[in-house]
Amino acid sequence: MTKQTSEITRRRLIATGVSTLALGVASPAVLRAQSAPLKVGVVLPLSGVISFPGIATRRGTELAVKMFADQGVKLDVSFADTESKPENGRVAAEKLIRDGAGVIVGAWDSGATISAAQACEAAKVPLVVNVGSAPQITEQGFTEVFRNFPPATEIVGKGLALFKALPRGNGFDPKTAVIMHVNDTFGEAVMGGVKAVWAKMNIDIKIVDVISYDLRARDLSVEVAKAKATGADLVCPITRVNDAILIVREMVKQDYNPMAIYGPSSPGPYEKAFTDALGKYSNDYMTSVPWYDPSRAITKDVLARWAKEFPGNRFELNSGFGWEGIQVVVDALKRAGSTKPADLHAALKATNIADHPMAGGPITFDAKGQNVNIAVPLLQNQGQEPVVIAPTAAAQAKPHLPMTPWSKRA
Amino acid sequence: MTQLYISVVVNGLMIGAIYALVAVGLNIIFGVMRVVNFAHGEMVVIGMYIGYALWKYAGLPPAAAVPVAMVTMFAAGYIFQRLLGNDFVDKPQHVQFVLYIGLALAITGLNAMIFGPDPRGIEAAASFAVYTIGPVRIDASRLHAALAALMLIAALWAWLRFSLTGKAMHAAAENIVGGRAIGLRIPHLFALTSGIGMACAGTAGALIAPLYDTTPYLAGEFTLTAFIIVIIGGLASLPGALLGGLLIGVSEAIAALFIDPSAKSLLSYGLLILVLLLRPNGLMAAGRGPR
Repeated sequence: MTKQTSEITRRRLIATGVSTLALGVASPAVLRAQSAPLKVGVVLPLSGVISFPGIATRRGTELAVKMFADQGVKLDVSFADTESKPENGRVAAEKLIRDGAGVIVGAWDSGATISAAQACEAAKVPLVVNVGSAPQITEQGFTEVFRNFPPATEIVGKGLALFKALPRGNGFDPKTAVIMHVNDTFGEAVMGGVKAVWAKMNIDIKIVDVISYDLRARDLSVEVAKAKATGADLVCPITRVNDAILIVREMVKQDYNPMAIYGPSSPGPYEKAFTDALGKYSNDYMTSVPWYDPSRAITKDVLARWAKEFPGNRFELNSGFGWEGIQVVVDALKRAGSTKPADLHAALKATNIADHPMAGGPITFDAKGQNVNIAVPLLQNQGQEPVVIAPTAAAQAKPHLPMTPWSKRA
Repeated sequence: MTQLYISVVVNGLMIGAIYALVAVGLNIIFGVMRVVNFAHGEMVVIGMYIGYALWKYAGLPPAAAVPVAMVTMFAAGYIFQRLLGNDFVDKPQHVQFVLYIGLALAITGLNAMIFGPDPRGIEAAASFAVYTIGPVRIDASRLHAALAALMLIAALWAWLRFSLTGKAMHAAAENIVGGRAIGLRIPHLFALTSGIGMACAGTAGALIAPLYDTTPYLAGEFTLTAFIIVIIGGLASLPGALLGGLLIGVSEAIAALFIDPSAKSLLSYGLLILVLLLRPNGLMAAGRGPR
């Protein structure tokens, strides 16, 4: 005989309580957070001399916000402009924190990132670094910093290892190199890294001259003339986009045809502005920087949506890490189930994102807040598009070396 | 190495001639109106954007942009002066500074809104053309720009010296009260001056558009260079601006070659300090004091 009852028994009460609790735990934490969306403050150089990559990073950030909103994760994102001045990073971060930001993302420029990190440290608000390669960002003891970008020394080391392994022969066997570098913090840091790694790796190419120039230089004809006078087989420019264009244009005019141009950790040559400005002369230029993995499904989704949202613009390093900055925040928000900075900080420390667009292993942060799993492939412009030429496993095309002389380009 | 030295000095002279045209515009505005145009570099950038836009959207060769930039910037300068600038000529200097700095910021913002922060370059065959004289390769765009700049400076100097309007502008610059007394139309002459000054800057911009990629934030450097040249050459002196431009162009090139490319500005500023110490009014000062 079965007894049907609607009485509240102790066993039923416990079962109901447990199932309610389980439902609460199992339901996406983010849904509970949606009653008050997480305020995300994004610090970027949106005006001034480095606004060009800053705006590219903003595009990637905005794309990620839209794509995650489509998945039901709504963020309240505010942007603050550093005006390309490092000292403004702190001011911008402080303003965003005052306005209620639970997490800060930024700040593209290393100087502005360090400055913003000081504000975040004081307010105990996590800072997710999208782009910023100065080693000291994660070496100064900041506890709120989570950097999803490799330090310059690592980019240089990984890049030079791939360059050294390029097959020699068929007219490509450089014996001498000349380094041209911009003389700002970034350029000096990368230059120091190149010199150290060059010696450490015993690269059998002699550096015959190092030519530095001002970031604001409008004319690099003398610099290129000096480089040409060395007769170096390899030119290693450490540039941003404007100076990279100036260097190649001068090399064409002065008919300086080295065996290769390779920029270790040099942003610029993969930009659309570079290939648009130089056309056929942009081809064969190599650089090593973190890049997206075109074989992943998530990258294909991002690239497809990018083409719809920003037609005529190229998805590259800046937009890619802009996108991933938001991905890191969304992932932490989901796991934290809270918009409180302390909860987000705890969640960020336990980050482990296997599926993301930029090449490399899962996004995780070590004790210093550094993601050490970012890959640095070797890129070469071919057909006026940057393609991966090394490592072989990720290569989209074979290296084209030695580079075609300027006068013989169709 | 001789080939390298010749190339570097020739390059310096060519760049210097273009700098001189930029400085002439600043100089003529100061010489006649005693107004310091802090938005001068922005006028150069507008000229560069005119060159870029005509090449990109109308398919015109870079040279075609030069007369367009000249006329457009002359008209802009004339209208600006008639509508706004003339009201500030007799105001205290700090008020004038606010006007021109505000104008500079507005132009930079507008350029950023229209063209974005990306560098905009002209990828025409002319941007890569060279003349070969023996072992020396001379950048064709730079040579054309330098020759055009020299011709424009010479034409402007002759017009100011020999034409009736030019003489009237000189008179207004020397003695505004006397000018009014003899019936000179001062507001018109000032507007003409502003138009010519801005036309010089805009023309220089169009001339260098095939050489440099344009961004909205280039202006500050042009303004600063023009100031250095004007101070070295002498305020209100056209030949002084030319001499100053050539000196700066060559000294930058020599510093880059013999010292270090990073030391380009070092020699320019060193020259500036030397001139300020030895000839405070500039190498070829016109000898005009405050009005």
